[in-house]
Amino acid sequence: MSELKYTEDHEWLRLEGDGRVTVGITDYAQDSLGDVVYVELPEVGRSVKAGDEVAVIESVKAAGDIKIPLAGTIVEVNSALADAPELVNSDPLGEGWFFKLQPDDAAALDGLMNEDAYKKSVE
Amino acid sequence: MVPFAGYSMPLQYEHGIRHEHDHTRNHAGLFDVSHMGQIRVCGEGLGAALEELVCSDITVLAVNQMRYTLLTNDKGGVMDDLMVTRRADGLHLVVNAACKHNDLRLLHAVLEARTRVEMLEDSALLALQGPAAAAVLQGLNPAVNGLGFMHAGDFEINGLSCFITRSGYTGEDGFEIAVTAGQSRALAEVLLGHTAVELAGLGARDTLRLEAGLCLYGHELDETTTPVEADLAWVVAKKYRNGVAQARFPGAGRILEQLRDGATRRRVGLKPDGRVPVREGTPLLNGAGEAVGLVTSGGFGPTVDGPVAMGYVNQGYTVTGTELTVTIRNRSHTVHVTELPFVPHRYHKQT
Repeated sequence: MSELKYTEDHEWLRLEGDGRVTVGITDYAQDSLGDVVYVELPEVGRSVKAGDEVAVIESVKAAGDIKIPLAGTIVEVNSALADAPELVNSDPLGEGWFFKLQPDDAAALDGLMNEDAYKKSVE
Repeated sequence: MVPFAGYSMPLQYEHGIRHEHDHTRNHAGLFDVSHMGQIRVCGEGLGAALEELVCSDITVLAVNQMRYTLLTNDKGGVMDDLMVTRRADGLHLVVNAACKHNDLRLLHAVLEARTRVEMLEDSALLALQGPAAAAVLQGLNPAVNGLGFMHAGDFEINGLSCFITRSGYTGEDGFEIAVTAGQSRALAEVLLGHTAVELAGLGARDTLRLEAGLCLYGHELDETTTPVEADLAWVVAKKYRNGVAQARFPGAGRILEQLRDGATRRRVGLKPDGRVPVREGTPLLNGAGEAVGLVTSGGFGPTVDGPVAMGYVNQGYTVTGTELTVTIRNRSHTVHVTELPFVPHRYHKQT
């Protein structure tokens, strides 16, 4: 398991051993959104471009988008979120993951922030 | 903190909207609603005078009895919704923050020759809402026990002089407590000293009132919406409806006509079938895909544990059970017209 990468939109991405990339939102993001009540996930098999809106999070307060920072194909979604969207709040970096992507080029991850840079950005 | 009607208001405190909402339904939530306007009207013949501006029976109010009413305009639209309490020395009005300066101008223009109208700038307002609210206040002053729903009185709470009404906007039993601004913090601390009481913000206030099916000015109510359309016909005094008294409030002609003949649209409850919240501004479509209404408030109801909404639909679509569709992010979702409230009111009943 590699280190987490972060986007300015408060998403985290992790390159797994099998070459797939797991995507979720950061603790800062879940805290800002408040109680998550609904997550709309992409269809498995969908091919996405960098910058596409691929998921939507609805909290009691508001709705937010998940934009994917790199191209690829959606290969798996966290179906547990349909019945338990609160996992995004309780375990944003673990059980609250959103989907897995087979990236066209995993090297695109290198351009994203590492943990230190992200932490500085939200200070 | 969020901007609201010119004030910086807490949307939520540390535990979040859902927790504050649940805590209010199960125990007691304390809301700082000092942004709301408190207006005192003093003088002779006040009830009859105010009836030139609002659609309810004010003359009939006994001292320390209160009523929910509406300020209307010439077209029958709603200028504000407010609470009016008769006091021994006048009328006490609690009005919306965003409307209060306009309300004051309106009251001055119509009433000032006969009465004195003033904004109580130095009065704070705290709302203590929820099933534990009565026990908390009675613990501080047993006399509060005698207060019935929609009644008011003067009470001392921990040495602080308070004007308390048994009212609120959450659907729960509760109280609104007016105290001088300088003493409001001390009062809040006394109330928060009770384990049943926690702070709650604007977010929870909105989810609670939405589940209770209560209108929010600027959403369900505005200058183009009449009381009949807003399903608030009950607010219009019976004496005008049965012709016992001549209505003098603005737009009475149109409102009484709608009471007789019906309105072309009406406020209804809307229950989305799935889990997706349907937000304000979403058009409501019939089976043919035609827009027949609009969502005016929508979100997630923590007590309902699902999405809830209110909106306006055209005549012919107001019957409970009517199926409508909404399009959210290019997907079609079904909503059903439903009875309000979503969560039964639990106001205090006099025993």
